[in-house]
Amino acid sequence: MSRSQGVNGQRLFRAVTSGLPTLWLCVFFLAPFALVLKISLADPVIGQPPFTPLIDATGSLHLTFDNYRLVFGDSLFLASYLGSLRIAALASLICLLVGYPMAYAIARTPQPWRTLLLLLVMLPFWSSFLLRIYAWMGMLSTHGAFNTALLTLGWIERPLALMYNDFAVYLGIVYTYLPFMVLPLYAVLEKQDPDLREAAEDLGATPWRVFMDITLPLSLPGIIAGLMLVFIPAVGEYVIPTLLGGLDTRMIGRALFDEFFVNRDWPLASAVATVLLLVVVLPVMIFQRGRGGAHP
Amino acid sequence: MKGRGLAVYTWLALGYLFFYLPIILLVANSFNASRIGSHWGGFSLHWYRQLFADEQILHSAWLSVQIAFFSACGATVLGGFAGLALGRMGKFRGRTALAGMVAAPLVMPEVITGLSLLLLFVSMRAVFGWPHARGALTITIAHITFCLAYVAVVVQSRVATMDASLEEAAMDLGGRPFRVLLDITIPGIAPALLSGWLLSFTLSLDDLVISSFVSGPGANTLPMLIFSKVKLGITPDINALAALIIGVVTLGVSVAGGWMFAQQRQALVLQRQQRTERP
Repeated sequence: MSRSQGVNGQRLFRAVTSGLPTLWLCVFFLAPFALVLKISLADPVIGQPPFTPLIDATGSLHLTFDNYRLVFGDSLFLASYLGSLRIAALASLICLLVGYPMAYAIARTPQPWRTLLLLLVMLPFWSSFLLRIYAWMGMLSTHGAFNTALLTLGWIERPLALMYNDFAVYLGIVYTYLPFMVLPLYAVLEKQDPDLREAAEDLGATPWRVFMDITLPLSLPGIIAGLMLVFIPAVGEYVIPTLLGGLDTRMIGRALFDEFFVNRDWPLASAVATVLLLVVVLPVMIFQRGRGGAHP
Repeated sequence: MKGRGLAVYTWLALGYLFFYLPIILLVANSFNASRIGSHWGGFSLHWYRQLFADEQILHSAWLSVQIAFFSACGATVLGGFAGLALGRMGKFRGRTALAGMVAAPLVMPEVITGLSLLLLFVSMRAVFGWPHARGALTITIAHITFCLAYVAVVVQSRVATMDASLEEAAMDLGGRPFRVLLDITIPGIAPALLSGWLLSFTLSLDDLVISSFVSGPGANTLPMLIFSKVKLGITPDINALAALIIGVVTLGVSVAGGWMFAQQRQALVLQRQQRTERP
């Protein structure tokens, strides 16, 4: 009696443990995508909600691919998708070039200083992202710190236009996401066996050879993880291009946000989101799954 | 070899300068009496006084803290369950689905998450008449959804390193699952739950994009208010607000970090002691 009660209790417990989060995510994460897809096939109208029903009052189905035609036909959207991919890819590479030597130095530092250096990398991550971008506005603006310093030194005669252009967007993305690159790189570099390097050195390999043949190949998982962690959020970035970018800085997150909030065209914004999901997010998830779903 | 080490450490120092220079200048400027950042008009607490007199900012800050608190609690419960299910229960029906849905929010662009949740709330209202209005409640639901993924990852990795035999023994001795959870599992994963809660709290407090989508008229969170102000350029009272937030975070992380640093140091001293005693 009590035994079977125990088994039942356990079954119930297991059902709750896995069922509750599954149910929540189905309702608030999975189902909404079906709605995005549905509304991307509707016509925009003025009203509340501002789109036509797929099945009208007479019960007939009403689908339109106009929104997708607009997304693929409009050079502005195409430029935004390509701009996002280009900026995110280049910014992740810059993060790698900047972050690798940093992670290397931290991993080679003896304890307990290593923990301190690592904390200093993580500290900005805990403070507000928005305020850190705002801090760069203070650095780059016409009367900002850089221009003031350069003018005082007499290196320039007129303030430089450092903000409201692509340069500032790259800077903002690298600044924001550099910790996401340094941490996985540190994790793989720290785990490397120093005996391997020593053996190579004893056998007469130059430091450069040791780095290229041992350290770098062994840190490849960290490099891939870091590139993903920077690239993925950077592609959909809205805040950085809006605050630091120029009017001609085209990124798809910004285009989607403006289409939704400024033009109030919900169906078109849904179509933009669907394409972003299929073209960028899905391939990345499949790629990650192929690698064994390694999440740092 | 020496020269190479020097170059790498110089690079590291420059990296930290890159991280901290903008923040240090921002904090310094919050005490600047002058409105223009490049001109030092003397030390002043003027912007702080202006900040604390601004009802709108205080109201938004309080709203954001409330939302962050409830989001963190909800995400910790649901994310904790998800992490336990994925880390402890072996194979069960729906495991792949749950694992996928936990991993997906981490790689989802915020604009997509925000848009899809808004469409859900609008449709739910049309069908069920709920949620009646968009605001703090819809923002909290949205934040729980993306934060629970982070909690699940943290809890799952903690559970993976934990010994399962204690729980199994308690179960074999006839402990009710709920008791075992309360007495053994939760104390074991407490550090993971705490860091998951803190992570959720800060992520919720910081979120702008998703909140903008699912919020309604009248519910302005702090990031939404800050964003609408800084879009127009530098505003000195935001400098003061930023300095305050950064100060609180630095203090919190320093305390936690100082503790970790001391522990590492102690472990190191013990190790050395053992090594010298062993000969």
